[in-house]
Amino acid sequence: MPSRHKSLVLLAGVILLQVLLLAVQIKRDSQGRLIRTWTVGAVSPFERAGSYVFGSFRDTWRSYFALRGTKKDNDDLRRENDELKLRMVQLEGKAAEADRFAALLHFRQSQTDVPMVAARVIGGGPSTASFTIALDRGERDGIRKDMGVITPDGVVGKIIDAYPNTSQVLLLTDERSGVGAKLADSGIQSPVGGLGEAMLTMKYFPNDDDVSVGARVVTSGMDRIFPRDLPVGTITEIKPGNPFKQIRIKPAANLEKLEEVLVLLTLRPLREPEPVAVKPDVPAASNSAPPQVANP
Amino acid sequence: MNSAFDLRMGESHIEVHKFRTGAILISTLLALVFQAWFPVHFARVALLDLPLLVTIYFGLSRRNPSTGLLLGTAIGLLQDSLSGPTVPLGLFGIAKTVIGYLASSIGARLDTEHPAARFALTAGFFIIHQAVVALTRRILLAQPEPWLNLHLFGAALVNALVAVVLFILLDRLRRQS
Repeated sequence: MPSRHKSLVLLAGVILLQVLLLAVQIKRDSQGRLIRTWTVGAVSPFERAGSYVFGSFRDTWRSYFALRGTKKDNDDLRRENDELKLRMVQLEGKAAEADRFAALLHFRQSQTDVPMVAARVIGGGPSTASFTIALDRGERDGIRKDMGVITPDGVVGKIIDAYPNTSQVLLLTDERSGVGAKLADSGIQSPVGGLGEAMLTMKYFPNDDDVSVGARVVTSGMDRIFPRDLPVGTITEIKPGNPFKQIRIKPAANLEKLEEVLVLLTLRPLREPEPVAVKPDVPAASNSAPPQVANP
Repeated sequence: MNSAFDLRMGESHIEVHKFRTGAILISTLLALVFQAWFPVHFARVALLDLPLLVTIYFGLSRRNPSTGLLLGTAIGLLQDSLSGPTVPLGLFGIAKTVIGYLASSIGARLDTEHPAARFALTAGFFIIHQAVVALTRRILLAQPEPWLNLHLFGAALVNALVAVVLFILLDRLRRQS
């Protein structure tokens, strides 16, 4: 190295040393000693870089490698969540069931002079062509063949077989089923029967008589099975026919979601039940027994 | 043309003066002592900077930048040490390091034996010295310090004038070649 450069390097070194010497001595009011300020200023970028690198490594570790046990936790939580969901469904079912029982009880209390027994639907028809259900009550509960089966909403069907502890109900939608009915407003009578589908039909309604869609159909009491004035359904479609009109009726009772019903133990007429607010049915898995409202 | 102003193209043509043993040390110590003692009794003498003049003289005479800047460093740090707590170590040290380097470098290229050259160079070095001190104070100490004012300009002229006389006295310490 040339002597000129040597002296320049020496000059820079000596000045730098003295600057550092100054920095060690100088103390500013707000920042402390200058050497500390400089040191912090010189070191902090490396600290920030180190912190960034360490933070990235830590985040990577926490986000990936440290999650080895997370799958098991996740599986456990998912299993617990499924159990809670099932439990919630069960509770909702119980709540809905309680609402239905409340409706049944209210209906029963409004008909204190009519003997009836509440029964749970324990089975459906053996085939799609058979519109029958099985009840958990039978002859020991006073149920006999041809007794009417209803819900607070309307007519369900009639008992076609009664066994000691169970009974079988032919739903109103079955083709072989029928109920004496009339229009609630005009009193025009005509039997109502099933079509083998969800809808009912009014079989012998004269073309000359007036009827409109939306008209309410109730039992007439002429079949000696159902007391009069029980809701049967609502007319949804009217077509001219020969010699009778073709009238389709939507059943008043929800025959596709029956869970509890009432079996009428008498043919005495019923009073018009007051409307009861019932929550929508929720699929439920419950083994609790329906309320005993039979035979006052 | 006066030989003192001849520009010499190589350092080998410049005579490097050597001094009697202890001359530099004693001169430096005396300058520091006088610098510390005179202002106490003669306030106006405070504008003199004898350590700076000694630095300039030996820098110009020795003509070696390395020894020049080291001598300036030593003198400056000693001056700082004697200046009390208000002057941190390194303030004059840095300034005299720069002056020692510049004086040595210029002395290696110019013949600076003529009094007029010495006067001009000393005045210039004084201003540079003041500039470095002001720079250091402003930047490092965050203290107000004028770059140059009339008082400092007068001080530069006074120091240059004193330097002309002082350098003649110091020339007597040179070893005869």
